[in-house]
Amino acid sequence: MTRVTELPLETDKMVLNFGPQHPSTHGTLRIIMELDGETVTKATPEIGYLHSGFEKLGEDLDFNQYITITDRMNYLSPLCNNVAYALAAEKLIGIEVSKRTEYIRVLMCELSRIADHLLNVGMLAVDLGALTAFLYGFKLREDIYDLFEIATGTRLTTSYTLVGGLMRDIPDGYDKAVLKVLDEVDKVANDIETLLNKNRIWQDRTKKIGIISKEDAISYGITGPMARATGIEWDIRVNEPYSSYEDFEFDVAIALNGDVFDRYLVRMEEIRQSIKICRQSLEKMPSGDVIVDPGLGYSLPPKDEVYNSIEGLIYHFEVTMPNRGMTPPVGEAYVPTESPNGELGFYIVSDGNRTPYRVRTRPPSLMNYSIFSKLIEGHMLSDAPAIIGSINVIAGELDR
Amino acid sequence: MDFLGFIIILVKVLVVFAATMLTVLILIYAERRVSAFMQGRLGPNRVGPKGILQPIADGIKFLMKEEFIPAGVDKPIFILAPAILLIPALMTFAVIPFGSSITILGREIALQVADVNVGILYILALTSIGVYGIVLAGWSSNSKYSLLGGLRSSAQLISYELAMGLAVVSIILLSGSLKLNDIIADQQGYFLSWNVFKQPLAFVIFLVAVYAETNRLPFDLSEAEQELVGGYHTEYSSMKFAMFFMAEYANMITAAALTVTLFFGGWDFPLINETMLGNWGTALSVLAFILKMGFFLFLFIWVRWTFPRFRYDQLMKLGWKVMLPTALFNIFVTAGYLTIKSVV
Repeated sequence: MTRVTELPLETDKMVLNFGPQHPSTHGTLRIIMELDGETVTKATPEIGYLHSGFEKLGEDLDFNQYITITDRMNYLSPLCNNVAYALAAEKLIGIEVSKRTEYIRVLMCELSRIADHLLNVGMLAVDLGALTAFLYGFKLREDIYDLFEIATGTRLTTSYTLVGGLMRDIPDGYDKAVLKVLDEVDKVANDIETLLNKNRIWQDRTKKIGIISKEDAISYGITGPMARATGIEWDIRVNEPYSSYEDFEFDVAIALNGDVFDRYLVRMEEIRQSIKICRQSLEKMPSGDVIVDPGLGYSLPPKDEVYNSIEGLIYHFEVTMPNRGMTPPVGEAYVPTESPNGELGFYIVSDGNRTPYRVRTRPPSLMNYSIFSKLIEGHMLSDAPAIIGSINVIAGELDR
Repeated sequence: MDFLGFIIILVKVLVVFAATMLTVLILIYAERRVSAFMQGRLGPNRVGPKGILQPIADGIKFLMKEEFIPAGVDKPIFILAPAILLIPALMTFAVIPFGSSITILGREIALQVADVNVGILYILALTSIGVYGIVLAGWSSNSKYSLLGGLRSSAQLISYELAMGLAVVSIILLSGSLKLNDIIADQQGYFLSWNVFKQPLAFVIFLVAVYAETNRLPFDLSEAEQELVGGYHTEYSSMKFAMFFMAEYANMITAAALTVTLFFGGWDFPLINETMLGNWGTALSVLAFILKMGFFLFLFIWVRWTFPRFRYDQLMKLGWKVMLPTALFNIFVTAGYLTIKSVV
C-alpha cells in the first residue's frame, strides 16, 4: 500500500488569460498571467487591441483636421490632447496665440485633469469593490462634461483647439457655471477621502502594493502622478511651463512611497490643486480674441465675413481647399505637456506640405504601463486590478 | 401527531417559505433602491409604482434567458450546484422562532416551524453545506476564474467558520442550551439582558463572520467581479444564475434572523412581557422580530456599498490571527465567569 504522504505533491502553474474582455481591464488590455495559487509569478501584457492607426492618420490629415483625432485617443481627458497637439503645431509654424486662448486652454486642461483623476480614483475604488466612491466621482464628472459641452459643443470628442487658438470663445456666464462645479468638486473630493483614506481595508489593499522606486520610475520613463508618487518632483507645468502655466500659483503634489495608495493620494491632491488653477484662470481671464490668424491659412475667417463678403468667402475656400492655404515650414517640433497621466507630446515632422510628414505621439500610458509586469510579479491576482487601476492606462492612447 | 397538528405544520412551512421568498424579492428591490440612494442615483423606478415590481421583472427575465451549459463542464455537478446552495439557504429558517406562541381555538401554536433541540447546530451544519454549492459550481464550470472563485470560497469557509462557531459557543455557555427557544428565553425581560450587552465581543466576531458566511462585501471574494469576472457563477446563466442570486439573499435573511435570535433577544419586545398580552403580544413579538431583522438586513446593504473588498490572504489572516484568538479568549472569560459564579 502506498502511503499518501510519500507521494510527491506536484503542483502546476496555471496560465490565466486576463482580458482583453475583463471587467477590470478598462478597455482592451490583455495580460497573460502565470499563477502559482493566486500569486502572480509572471505577467506578460499584450497591447494593441485598440490600435486604430491614429498616428498614421496624421500623415493624411492637415493640421486642423488632425485635432479631431487627438481627442479620440484619450477618452478621459480629451481636451489635454487637443491642447498638446495645437501647441506642437503652433511651435512648428511659429504662431503665438493670444493670452486669452492660453488661459482658456489652461482652464480646460485643468477641468480635464479633475475629470480624469475623479474617474481614475473611482475606477481604482471600484476595482477594489467600493462602488460608491466611484459613483460619487462619476456623477461629478458628468457635470464637468456638461461644462465641456457648453464650451465645445460635445462631451467627449471636443476638438476644441485650432492651430492658432480655439474653435470658439467660452460663452458669457461660463465662469459661474465652472465655479459652481468647482465647489461641488471640493465637496465630493472630501467625501471620497472620508470614505477611503482611513478605511483599514482600503489601506490594506493599496499600501505596499505595486511599489515603484525612484530609480525605476526614471529608467522606465514614468511621468505624471505615478512618478510624483515615488518622490520625483517633476511637473512639466512648473519645470517647463507652457501655455502661460507660469502665471498660476499651485503646488506640485508628491508622495514618497510609490505604492498604489500614494498614487491615489497624489491624484486626490492634484484635484485640489487643479481647482486652485481653475479659479485663478477664471479670475485673471484676459479679454481679447481667441484666434490668431497671421494670414497663413490655418484658421477659418469669422462666419459673418464668409457669408457677407466675397473676400471672406474666397479666404474660406483658400483655407479649406487641399491645394491652397497652410504652408507650414519644413521642420520638426515637439512640446511636452503635463497631461493628467504624465508627459504627453506630439512630435510633428513637416516636409512643407499641407499634411505633416509624420505625427508621433508620446503617450504617457505606454511608458507608464511598461512597468506593470514588474509591479505585479509576486503580488496576488487580486492586486492586479488595483495596480492597473492606479496606472490609469488609457488604451486609446496606449495603442493609438 | 394528530391530523390538525399536521395541517398546522404544513401551513407553517408554507408561510415561512413564502415569507422568505417574498423577503428575497423585497431585499433585491431594497438593495437596488438603497444603493441608489447612497450613490445619488434613482435606482429602479420604471416597473410599477416606484419600481416595486422590478424584482418580478428581473425574475421573468431570468426565466426567459437561454439556459446555456458551456462545453466541457461536469454536467451533473454543474446542474446540482445551484440547488446545493439554495436549498440549505431556504431550510435554515425552519428552526428560527419568529414570534412567541399564538393561541387559536384554544390551541397554542409556536411560531417556529420546528423546535429542534440542537437548533444552532442544525443552522451551522446547513450553512456549511451551502458552501459546497459554491465550491462545486466553481469546480464543475471548467473555467479558471470559476475554479479560483470556488477555491477562495473553501479557504474562506475554514477561516471564518471556526471563529463563528466559537462566538456561538459563548452564547451557548450562557444559555446552557442549543435550543433557540431557550436562548431567547434566556434574554427575556429587561433590555440589558440581551446577549449583545452580555457578549459584545462575541457579537462583533459573529457579525463579521456572518458577512463572510453570506459572501457579501467586504468578503465576496469568491465572486469578486473585478478580479474573477463573476467567480463561481461566471459560467451560469438563466435560472441557475438566479438561484445563486436568491441563495445569497436567503442566506442574508437567515443570517439576520440568527443575529437577532442570538444577540438581540429574538422576538423579544423590550420591556414588555408578550405572553401576558395574548395574541396581541404575539403580534408585537413578530413585529419586534421583523423590525430587528430589517435593521440587520439594512446593515448588510449599507456595509456592502461602503467598504472595499478584502484580499483573500487578508481574510485568512483576519480569521485565523484576529477572530479565532479573540473568540477563544472570549470563551475563556465567559467560562471562567460562569465557573466562579457557580462556585460562589
